[in-house]
Order: sequence, then structure tokens, then C-alpha cells
Amino acid sequence: MSSDMFALLAKALGETVYMVAISMFFSSLLGIPLGVLLYITNKGGILECKPVNKLVGLIVNAVRSIPFIILMVSIIPFTRMIVGTSIGTTAAMVPLVLASVPFIGRQVETSLMEVPDGIIEAARSMGATSSQIIRRVLLPEAMPSIVAQLTTVVIALVGESAMAGAIGGGGLGDLAIRYGYQRFRPEIMVATVVVLIVLVQLVQFLGNRLAASLNKR
Amino acid sequence: MIRLSNIKKTFQGPNGPVEAIKGVDLHIEPGEIFGIVGLSGAGKSTLVRCINMLEKPTSGQVIVDGKDLTAMSESQLREVRKSIAMIFQHFNLLSSATVYDNVAFPLRLSNTPEDKIREKVLPLLELVGLSDKADNYPAQLSGGQKQRVGIARALANDPKVLLCDEATSALDPQTTKAILSLIKDINKKMGLTVVVITHEMAVITDICDRVAVLSDGVVAECGQVLEVFTNPQQEITKQFTGVILSRELPGDLKDREISQEPVSGAQLLIWLTFIGNSADEPVLSTMIRKFDADVSILYGMVGEIQSTPFGRMLIGITGDDSTVKSLLEYLKGRDLMVEVVGYVK
Repeated sequence: MSSDMFALLAKALGETVYMVAISMFFSSLLGIPLGVLLYITNKGGILECKPVNKLVGLIVNAVRSIPFIILMVSIIPFTRMIVGTSIGTTAAMVPLVLASVPFIGRQVETSLMEVPDGIIEAARSMGATSSQIIRRVLLPEAMPSIVAQLTTVVIALVGESAMAGAIGGGGLGDLAIRYGYQRFRPEIMVATVVVLIVLVQLVQFLGNRLAASLNKR
Repeated sequence: MIRLSNIKKTFQGPNGPVEAIKGVDLHIEPGEIFGIVGLSGAGKSTLVRCINMLEKPTSGQVIVDGKDLTAMSESQLREVRKSIAMIFQHFNLLSSATVYDNVAFPLRLSNTPEDKIREKVLPLLELVGLSDKADNYPAQLSGGQKQRVGIARALANDPKVLLCDEATSALDPQTTKAILSLIKDINKKMGLTVVVITHEMAVITDICDRVAVLSDGVVAECGQVLEVFTNPQQEITKQFTGVILSRELPGDLKDREISQEPVSGAQLLIWLTFIGNSADEPVLSTMIRKFDADVSILYGMVGEIQSTPFGRMLIGITGDDSTVKSLLEYLKGRDLMVEVVGYVK
């Protein structure tokens, strides 16, 4: 392995990890409450509200149906408004977050649905408020499942962040395209793919470990 | 303690409105164990949820401990629910919390300081016999132990009323007995009013003082357990009590023709029910000595309802008409219940 390749890989990996980590943080910050909102306003939910549920569900589905590469270029003006630029690693995080929030919302909604209704009813019978039910019953009970779902989102983000190379986002995907494909250096292509495989395996392994340690069932 | 007046509850089903409760009036005294029995779909789970307003009745009034729950706002209801505890068929414990944290849960909802919680939780775990399981998770417990956690959790707020929704239906018979005796103990020690919902008659006879038989959304019959058991008035009650006190003719007698008029060579079948003191009286031996008739015992059982002994027996009598008639007179004069089935060959 040539030393320039090593340096290139290390820099690209750093960019990818940075993009994925920061995007994941903001996506979860917005996506988890979105999932809770979808769940509690649904039919039979503790704050059942059909119009809100339908509207939010519609927006979530609309954003999720746009392919990431198209989403990325179509929101360039919005990205510029948020981070002041439309190219670079930081700029790539805006579409990454926007794509992941509805994804996480649906994943968290699914996790919450697995919490048995009886536990919620028991909490209500003890005089719990809606916010107590969310914080003390729903989220802790669904946490192992939420962690497993979020692991999937992280892996999806690794894939999507590779596409961000197209707007100068850097990262492993960018490296593979620019050096491996356009400059005919197959060894860089192979090395990038190997690093991606290892990265995804590691994320899945850690996610599984965390979910298992939280699961007391 | 609990007064339900003309409770009605209608659900919106896919095929139009469904009336689950069609006008129920019940009065439950302080400190008693009151049973509500019914087939699945009779509306008993809905009815018990009307008592703590987890289900809001469509019309009618719910008064618990002098307070009209039907007139309360949602936040007033949350407060009053702390004095109306509930335990469930599937226990409904937090799987992510330890036994200790499950029992502490209702106290944490009202932001009780941790040292006060400790003072409350440890004696409760002791009461239900789970002191050594405080740090275990529910998944590591047996069904009976889970229900004990449910009971300890229910008692954490010092409730006045305990609602038991099929609390023993998921347990085996031995565990059921242990849980029932724990509920009875608590009822005695703390003077708690207990409402028990069940489809199992044995639960009613084991611990309840009074019982209401719910059928198709109305109370078919209501009264002292012993009274309802030994002298059921409605068909549905007879079906339920029949599980404990058989009303069916045993074996091949079922298929034979029964005549109400004397038939030569036939025996007269009579059900005898002994309650309380009459269960000790030597009715049978006196009868056999006094009358020149053959008496055969075709079926018999003895048991206890609310610590009152009772027995039930099917006898067949053969003899000449006048002897049989005076024997019947003799039996009817004794302190027991006599039901004549008829003559069978």
C-alpha cells in the first residue's frame, strides 16, 4: 500500500465518520420525537388526532419517496440558507439529515408499536400523564428495538454519505469515484470497499451489542 | 364505596354502534370483596374500566368514595386514579425495569423522594414475599411472582379500591390459590375494597363476599355468594354455578327418560343441597332408619363457599308410593334444599 493511498483513505474515512456521526445526531434529535408524534396521534394512541397523523404521515412518505441523489441537488438553496454553502462535507449533512429524519420517524413508530398496550393502560390506571407515559413507559420499553432500528439508519447513512461526494462532500464514496474510477486506480477502489465493509460490520456489531444489553425481556 | 348508576357504554364498531354495557346498577360496600362474573364478551372488562374511568361510560354515574368520577376533568381523574389501583391478567409490568423499580413506578409518577420510595417499596416486597427478587427483571420471574409484583405496585399509593381484571386467569390452579389468598389477606389487613372480575367460578367461591353475574351487558343476578350459588334464579347463573355445583345428571342417567308421575320399578331422583349446619346433620342415616325404602347415592360432592361448608348429592329412592311420598315430606322438613328430578327406570 502506497503512503499516499493510506493518507487518502484515512482522510476520507474521517470525513465519512464525521458526516455520519453529526447527521445521525441531528436526525435522531428530530426523528425520535417525530416517531413519537406519529405513534401517539395514531388511532388508539394516547393523544389520538387523525388530521395531525395523516398530515405528518403524508409529509414523511413524500420525503422518503425522493431518491437521495435527487433530494440532495433539489434542496441546494435550502442547504445554502442553513449552512451558508452548498458544497463540502458540512453542506452534505443537510440533505443527509433531511433524508434520515422521516426514516427514523417511521422506524421509531414501528418500535413503539411493539410496546404492549396493557403496559400503557397500567400506567394510565396509576394516573400517569401523557408525557410521563412517553418518557417513563414508551421510550424505555421500546429502547432495545429503537437502538436496533437506529443501527440500520447509521448503515443507510454510510451509503448515502458516499453519494454526497457528488456535491463535493468528500468521504469514502468520493474517494472511490474520483481516484478509483476516474483516475483508473483499482487498488484504491478495492481498499475503499474493504474499509466500507469493515465500517458497516463494526456499526452493526456495536448496535447489536447495545440493543442486547438494553433488552431485559 | 363504589356506586354505579345506570351505566351504559356503546362502542362504535365497524358495523355500527355496539352496546357493551346496557344499564348496570351496582353498589359495592367498603371493605368487601365483590365479584363480577360473566362469559367473555359479557362486558365485564369494560365495566371494571368504568370504575376507574379508563373507559368513559356513554351515560350513567360512577361514584367512588363519595366522589362523582363522571363529572371530573382529566387531571382530576388522574389524581383520583391513584387511590383506585388495578391488577391485570397479563401483569403489565415494565420489562425494562427491575422489580424494585416497577413497584416504585407509581410513586415516581408523583415525584416522591427516593428515600420515601425506599421506605414504601421494601415493606411491600416483603408483604408479597419477593424481598430477594428486588433487583431481578420481570422476565426472570414466574407468572405468580409477576402478579405479586403487580399487587405490590398496586398497593404503593395506599389505594382504597383494588380492581382485579382476570388477575389469576393466566396462572395455574395452585398459583391461583396462592394469589387469591394474598388478595384476601390484603383485603383483611388493610380494609381494602376489592372488585374481582373473572370467568372462573372457583375464584368467586374462594374469596368473594358478594357476586354479580353479568350477561350480555346487564346484571342478571346479584347477591351473597352462598345464596347465589345454592339458589340460582337465572339460567346463566345456573350455568356458572353448575361448574362448582353440578346440575347435570351423571353418566347414563342423562339419556334416560324422566317421568314426573310414579312408574312402577322406577327410582325417584332427588338433588339434596346441604348448607352450613345442615351439612353436619345425619339426615341420610335417619332417613334410611325411618323409612322402608332403598336409597342409593348416585352422585355427591362437598366443599366450602366463604368458609361455609356445603354439600350436594343426587339420590335415587325406590319403594312404594306412600313411603316415597312421606320420605319426601320428611326431607322437605329438614334444613336442606330438595329438588325433585323425576322418576327414572
